[in-house]
Amino acid sequence: MLLIRCPWCGERPETEFRHCGQAHIVRPADPATLPDEAWAAYLYLRENPRGWHRERWRHLHGCGRFFNALRHTLTDRFAATYGPGEPPPDPPA
Amino acid sequence: MSQPFRLSQGGRIDRAHPLRFSFDGRRLTGHAGDTLASALLANGIHLVGRSFKFHRPRGILSAGAEEPNALVEIDRGPGRREPNTRATMVPLAEGLVARSQNRWPSLRADLGALAGLAAPLLLAGFYYKTFLGPGREAWHRRWEPLIRRMAGLGRAPEAPDPDRYANRYAHCDLLVVGAGPAGLAAALAAADGGARVILCDEGQEPGGSLLSAPEARVDGQPAWAWLAAMLQELRGNPRVQVLTRTTAFHFGLQNFVALAQILDRPDGLRERLWQVRARQVVLAAGAIERPLPFAGNDRPGVMLASAARTYVRRWAVLPGRRAAAVVAHDGGYADAFALQDAGAAVVGLLDLRPTPPAALLAEAARRGIETLPGQGILATRGGTRVTGLRAAPRAADGMLNTSRSRDIACDLLLMAGGWTPSVHLFSQARGRLRWDAITDAFLPGEPLPGVICVGACNGSQDLAAALADGFAAGHAAAGRPPPRRAPDAEPGLSPSFLPLAAIAAGAHRLPRAFVDQQNDVATRDLALAVQEGFRAAEHVKRYTTSGMATDQGKTGNMLALAVTAGLLGRDLADLGLTTFRPPWTPVSFGTLAGRHRGVLFDPIRTAPLHGWAVAQGAAFEPVGLWRRARFFPRAGEDMAAAVARECLAVRNAVGMLDASTLGKIEVVGPDAAEFLERTYINAFRGLPVGRCRYALLLREDGSVLDDGIAGRLAADRFHLTTTTGGAARVLHLLEDYLQTEFPDLRVWLTSTTEHWAVIALQGPKARDLLAPFVEGLDLSPDAFPHMSVAACRIAGIPARLFRVSFTGELGYEINLPAGQAPALWQALWEAGQAQGITAYGTEAMHVLRAEKGYILLGQEADGTATPEDLGLGWAIGRRKPDFIGKRSLARPEMRRSHRLQLVGLRPHDGRTVPDEGAQLLGAADATGPALGYVTSAYASATLGHPVALGLLAGGRGRHGETVFATRLDAAPLALVVVPPVFHDPDGRRLHV
Repeated sequence: MLLIRCPWCGERPETEFRHCGQAHIVRPADPATLPDEAWAAYLYLRENPRGWHRERWRHLHGCGRFFNALRHTLTDRFAATYGPGEPPPDPPA
Repeated sequence: MSQPFRLSQGGRIDRAHPLRFSFDGRRLTGHAGDTLASALLANGIHLVGRSFKFHRPRGILSAGAEEPNALVEIDRGPGRREPNTRATMVPLAEGLVARSQNRWPSLRADLGALAGLAAPLLLAGFYYKTFLGPGREAWHRRWEPLIRRMAGLGRAPEAPDPDRYANRYAHCDLLVVGAGPAGLAAALAAADGGARVILCDEGQEPGGSLLSAPEARVDGQPAWAWLAAMLQELRGNPRVQVLTRTTAFHFGLQNFVALAQILDRPDGLRERLWQVRARQVVLAAGAIERPLPFAGNDRPGVMLASAARTYVRRWAVLPGRRAAAVVAHDGGYADAFALQDAGAAVVGLLDLRPTPPAALLAEAARRGIETLPGQGILATRGGTRVTGLRAAPRAADGMLNTSRSRDIACDLLLMAGGWTPSVHLFSQARGRLRWDAITDAFLPGEPLPGVICVGACNGSQDLAAALADGFAAGHAAAGRPPPRRAPDAEPGLSPSFLPLAAIAAGAHRLPRAFVDQQNDVATRDLALAVQEGFRAAEHVKRYTTSGMATDQGKTGNMLALAVTAGLLGRDLADLGLTTFRPPWTPVSFGTLAGRHRGVLFDPIRTAPLHGWAVAQGAAFEPVGLWRRARFFPRAGEDMAAAVARECLAVRNAVGMLDASTLGKIEVVGPDAAEFLERTYINAFRGLPVGRCRYALLLREDGSVLDDGIAGRLAADRFHLTTTTGGAARVLHLLEDYLQTEFPDLRVWLTSTTEHWAVIALQGPKARDLLAPFVEGLDLSPDAFPHMSVAACRIAGIPARLFRVSFTGELGYEINLPAGQAPALWQALWEAGQAQGITAYGTEAMHVLRAEKGYILLGQEADGTATPEDLGLGWAIGRRKPDFIGKRSLARPEMRRSHRLQLVGLRPHDGRTVPDEGAQLLGAADATGPALGYVTSAYASATLGHPVALGLLAGGRGRHGETVFATRLDAAPLALVVVPPVFHDPDGRRLHV
C-alpha cells in the first residue's frame, strides 16, 4: 500500500485518500461576466502531463480535508503534499 | 512401495516419511520433500500429459516454475479440482490425487494424437485462417466445434471453491525476491544492518541453486550446512520473514510487489495475497535454462540438463539409466557427469560446438564418456518415451550431414542450451533491458531507484559472484554496514557457450523442433509467419502464439526470438524482446479475490426497518449498496398485483414507506443559508424557519446532479436530504466548495444519513393516523401546511416532522433516531389498520412519483439534463448572482429550443407499457436519428392506463403529437406526447 502524507494527519495508506483532479484551478470570481470560451476553459481544460502533476487529494476516510500534492504520473511518486492555498513546490530535478 | 528410480542415498527427501499418492488412478509412493514431478520420476513415469494442439505425448522438461509441459489436474475433492498445475511445483502430500489432462480415452492411447498426423494443416495462423474462405458459416459449423473439442488444457472446476483465501498488506525496508545464494546473502546483510526484511521464494524450500549443489562450499562449509545455519539465523530474527511457496508475480509502481503465498493450511486457508510496499527490492530471481532446437525435442525423456542434475542431487532420483546429452554450453558437461556419478550410463555427449574446451573433453574422456564435438541431433526416436537419437555432424549454418549420421539408444536426453536471466520482474517494474554480448542475454539495464538485481538474473554466472553481489545489495538496502563479512565461495571460471544466433541457425528447416511446447509452436511456424510478412517480434508472437501459453514461454522464448531474428536477417539485440506482463506465473482467482466473495463481495447496507420488511416477506432490490423493500406481496400476488394494491392504498387511504436510505446532511452555522444559496439553485436566504424547499444541485456544467429537500429548522440550521445513491457524492462536493472555494463561510456539514430513520406516511388519511401520536404540534393544514418542517415528539420520541410528498398525496416524513424507528413503525402499523394502512415499497414509490411527473435521478435526470429541460426552471433563484452551474445555463447550447425536454407519454392503445430506454421516433418507419427516449414507464392502477416519461427533442412544444417507441420484438409503439403530470395536475391533493 502506498503511503501518502496528509498535511494534517501524516502518512496514511492510499485507500484512505481520494484523488480530486488538477490543483490550482480557481473558480472565477464573477462567472456571469466571463466570456463563454473562458468559462468552458475553466470547466473542461485540464493538463494531462507525462511527469510531475499538481493535484488535489482528499483524506476522505481520515480528517476529510482537501490538500494538494505533487505526484509523478508515470511513477506515482509523491514529491510533496501541501495545504490548499499554499504555493506549489518546484518539481524535483 | 518400490520407487525403481530412487537413489539409495542423498537428496533432501525424508526417507523416514513415505507418502502415498495416485496418478491417473495408479497408486504410487514418494517421500516428504518430493514434488509431484520428482515422485513421478522416482516411479519411472515421464509421460504426464498431452500437448495443447497436436496431443503429442509430453513429459517433465524442467524442475521448476518454468515448466511448460507437466501440467496436471490436482483433485482435492469437490470444488477443489485444480487444472493446469505444474507438477514441478506441487509438493507431494499424503493422498494426493493427480490426473493427466487433454487426453482421451487414456494418456497412453490418445485418439487426439491423430491431430499430430494432420500437423501440416495446423500451422501458425491456422486459427485465424478458419475465419476466411468459406466464411463465418464454416467457422460455426466446422472449425469452432472441432477446435473446442481438440484444443485446450485442463477442465475448469465446476463446484464453488470451499477454501478460504486471505489478503495482507505489508511494508518492509527490503523485499528479497528469490532465496537462492544471492537472495540469502542480501537478506543476511540487510538483517544484520537492522532492516525489516521479507525474503520470498516460489519453491517449497529456500536455497535455490544450492539445493542441487551439495558439493559446493560456502564460507568453507558444505553448501547445505551453510544453508541450514543461515536459514536458522534468518528465521530466528524477528525483523525477518522468510516466505516459501510465495511467488512475487507482479511488480508495480513505487516498489509495490504482489506475492501469492500458497498455505494449504488444514483449516482451509488456502492462499494469501501479499501486497508489499518495500523501500528497497532486491531481485534475485535466478536464470532459466533453454532447450535446444532439433526434431522431436519434445519427447518425454528429453529434459533440461540442469533439471536432470537437480532431480539427482536434490531429490535422489535418477531420471534415466542411459543418458545422452546435447549441449551448447559448458554447464551441460557437469550435469552429465552428475548423472554418471549417480549411476547412469552416459552414452554420448553431443556438443554443437566443433571445438569444446579441452579440459571438459579431457574430463569426459577420463570418465569414459564418448563426446561428439560438432554434432547435432537429426531426430529422436520413441513414442511415449525417448528411446534413442540420431546424431549427425552439424555445420555452422545448422545444416546436418545426414550421410554421416548414427543412432544412439538412450532413455534420457539432456539439453544444455544456455541460460536466460529471469528479468521479468525488473521489466514489469519498467526497467529497461540491454543486450549483453558477453553473456549473450538481455540483462537489466540502467538501474531503477530502489531496485537492485543480483545473481543469475543479473548475468552473474558463478556462486562466488552471486554471494558477493547479493551481500553488497543487502548492505546497501540496510544503509548500515553489516558486522560480518560477505560469504565467499571458490570463484568459478566463466563458462563458454555457443551464442543463441548460432544455435538458432538453420533451425527453421527442422521438422517438429518445438520452441513453445505448451502451445505447440515449432520453428517452422515461425518461418511461416515471417514468410507471410510478419516482421515485429510482437506480431510473430501473436500470429504463432509462441510464448502465449500459461508458462509465457519461459524456456523457449529466447530461442523463438533468435530463430525469428535469423529469418529476418537481423540481430537479436536489434529485434528486441516481447513485453513481460504480470503475472510471472499463473495466480488463482481465489487469491486475487481474497475475502471479497459471496456476502463480502460488496457490503450490503440495510435500514433500521429492514427486519420488519424481511418478516413481512418483502421482495428486495439493490439501490446502490442498500437493499430496499421493492414490494410486499400477499399470498397469490405477483409483483404487478402487489404494486397496484400498494399504489391504490396510498391514493385512497394511507401507505407507509421506509425512506431511511435517503441521504441526510445537517448544514449548521451562521452562514448556512448563504452556503446553500451559493451551491444549490434555489433561494434560501428568505426561507422562513419551519419551511422546506425542493432543492436542486447542479454540476458546474449545468446538468442536474442531485435533488432533495432542505428544511430550515433554525436561522443557522438546515436539514438537507439527498437521493439515496447521491449522499456521499453530494457531501463530497459540498465539502469541496466549503473547504476550497468558500473557506470564509462559517458552516459545518455533517452526514446524518444513518442517524435518522425516515418513515413516510402518504395518503389522504395520513393526518388522521398521525395526529394522535404528535405532541406539541398542530397538524391542521393552516398551521402545518405542505412543505413545513418542525421538531416535535411523536409517540414520545423526539423527531423532526416534514410535511412533504413524493407521491402527490397529503404526506409526512417522520425523521426519528434510527434505534427507535421500529417501535414507532409498529405503533403506526397497528393504529392504521382501521384506516387500511398498507406498507409500500420502492416500486410503488416509483409508480406514484411518475404519475405526478416527479423526476428520478439517473432516469429523467440523465447527467445531461438541465433544470429547464426537466421543467424545473421555476426552482432557480432568479435574483441570485451565482450558484454552482449557473454560468453554464447561459451557454448557447443550454438555451437551444431543441434540447431534450421532459414529457409525458401515453400509449395510443391504452394498455401497452413501452420499454424504459426505448428510442423515440417521429414515425413508425423513421430512419434518421432518434428524437429522444423513454426514461420511465409503468402500468398505473390509479389511472387505468400506462404512464411513461421521456426526454424528447423540443418536447414541450410537441404536446398532442404522436411519437413511436422502438421495441425489440415488435413494431414501434405509438405514444401521444402529453404534459408530464398525469395525476392531480393542479396539486390540490397535496394541500388538503
